[in-house]
Amino acid sequence: MLAALADFPHEAITMRASADFSTEQGAEGATTLVFSGPMTVSALGTLDHRLRALEGPFAAIDLSHATRIDTVGAWTAWSLSQRLGAPITGASPEAERLIAAIRAVDDNTAPVEAHRLPILLRVPDHVGQVMAGLGQGMLLVLGFLGQIVLASGVLLRHPGRFRLRALVHQMELMGVNALAIIGLMSFLVGIVIAQQGAVQLRQFGAEIYTVNLVGRLSLRELGILMTAIMVAGRSGSAFAAQLGTMKLTEEIDAMRTIGVSPIEALVIPRLLATMLMMPLLGTYSAVIGIIGGAALSALTLGIPFFTFLARIQEVVPVHDVWVGLIKGPVFGLIVATSGCFQGLQVKSDAEEVGTRTTAAVVMAIFMVIVLDAFFAVFFSEVGWG
Amino acid sequence: MSEEGFLTACAVPPPPGSEADQFPIRVRGLKNAFGEHVIHENLDLDVRRGEILGVVGGSGTGKSVLMRSIIGLQIPEAGEIEVLGSPITDARDDDDIDIRCRWGILFQGGALFSTLTVAENVEVPLREFYPEITDELRHEIARYKVLLSGLPAEATSKYPSELSGGMKKRAGLARALALDPELLFLDEPTAGLDPIGAAGFDQLIRSLQQTLGLTVFLITHDLDTLYEICDRVAVIADKRVIAVGTIPELIATDHPWIKAYFNGPRGRAAMAANERNGALGTAGDQA
Repeated sequence: MLAALADFPHEAITMRASADFSTEQGAEGATTLVFSGPMTVSALGTLDHRLRALEGPFAAIDLSHATRIDTVGAWTAWSLSQRLGAPITGASPEAERLIAAIRAVDDNTAPVEAHRLPILLRVPDHVGQVMAGLGQGMLLVLGFLGQIVLASGVLLRHPGRFRLRALVHQMELMGVNALAIIGLMSFLVGIVIAQQGAVQLRQFGAEIYTVNLVGRLSLRELGILMTAIMVAGRSGSAFAAQLGTMKLTEEIDAMRTIGVSPIEALVIPRLLATMLMMPLLGTYSAVIGIIGGAALSALTLGIPFFTFLARIQEVVPVHDVWVGLIKGPVFGLIVATSGCFQGLQVKSDAEEVGTRTTAAVVMAIFMVIVLDAFFAVFFSEVGWG
Repeated sequence: MSEEGFLTACAVPPPPGSEADQFPIRVRGLKNAFGEHVIHENLDLDVRRGEILGVVGGSGTGKSVLMRSIIGLQIPEAGEIEVLGSPITDARDDDDIDIRCRWGILFQGGALFSTLTVAENVEVPLREFYPEITDELRHEIARYKVLLSGLPAEATSKYPSELSGGMKKRAGLARALALDPELLFLDEPTAGLDPIGAAGFDQLIRSLQQTLGLTVFLITHDLDTLYEICDRVAVIADKRVIAVGTIPELIATDHPWIKAYFNGPRGRAAMAANERNGALGTAGDQA
């Protein structure tokens, strides 16, 4: 006991006093624990660590040398006196008051620990929850699509309730405002394809086929795919975050009570705006990509800019344009649905808005790419290869 | 063990008897404006040590803005604010305000961190300012603070989204009291509580203030709170504090807003209730 104390000389008493303790031998050989210095949260330091190592018996815990005390000091003294079974003596009226307040609320029950599984069970538990969540999620998505169909039916019967302003606003936000970034991205991708394609085709002396490569790839695949990914990142995430925050602030509940359907007012305009703008953005992206390819060809391959564009008309079959245009609304539907769906699933807190937004983007991009593969097979089967 | 390092993490209290000790909050010539819209002009206020100062004023008179200025969240256009002897208005950034471990703030909605449990919320300031405290002691501190705030022990492991409005306020109060502050700021603590819950919260604030020796800056619309627990009341109107005093002193002034406030139907009801309670109290003492 005393050896343990010897490990802790009074080093803590420096410029700013800190709490400390020592032991005193009483007349009958009984030991008293004497606290000194300010017993406050700021002065406690590692005192608690040393106190926990202490073992009795002590006749008393003396607070008469403590200069100041707050509830943390009072708690320290009181919990120690409970643990060692030693009474507190020499407490100032202030200390008495604080200890009484703590004694009044402490019910001596064991601290409530959050329920946690043992580490070996946590992984299977998590996997199980993810799988169950997936199944549940499928059903919820299905229900959400059903709601959209119902709301669309209502809107078809009552076209006056359709929110044209919201639609135009969303078209501007997700379409017009995306022109710059999608244009820049497509231009650069067009350059890369032309450059890489030319390097490979040069080996066969077939550099002229760079035109076919850039034209068909842009119109059929890349234009719409890159646009869908960009829109998922820009607008799908925004939809999820907007609706999620509105859910948290009870705006959506307020809408319901007023008789405004959130699906009609919030989801349908976003959905429709995305479905209308996607084919436009996709075609725009393809055109800019072709311009990028033409610019590079003019600079490094010696194919004049306008010759390149004229060749495009000859080598790209018109059904390539249709392929891009058909995929547009479908990809738009996926991106907007997953954004709105995830947003409306938010229930508890700010963190959930974040995870739901991430889920919206990941789900959208994944679905778009899966569906794009199906489309590729489908169109080649129907002879649009 | 290098114990000096963390002992300087927090400002030293002012010497007893000094002006900063007597008046923990001093506001001089405060001016706040949002663009063209002037909220405060030439506002002065002193808060005495150990009192509960109620702050009242019509909606939009800038009660919360005043509180935000005092705690350094709103940078005023002009004026000086001193809290516990430290100038707030001269602070260049947040780190300059080294008295943050000596005040506790209860925001209107509780402002609990939604991804942490109640106990973890209370532990945040402890962890931030006193990392040397052992985990066991920190858990124990969080637990008894939650109990002191009148929440049941089960509440410690709950998340804010699982709590009712009144429980959120109590949890917010527990976090505000985490560091045993000298100064407590309360922004409409009883707003949105039922009358019984509000009266209970008033009593809780009063008893904590007396037990812990707190100085309390309390914004409220609740006349019962003013009558029950405030030592003095400051009235904000005309962009400044037009009067500070006990309620009888305020009623004696003849400013129209103060008259309308305390002599309106709600004001008279609260006064009557307070008188009844007072009479019961003295009768009980005699018996």
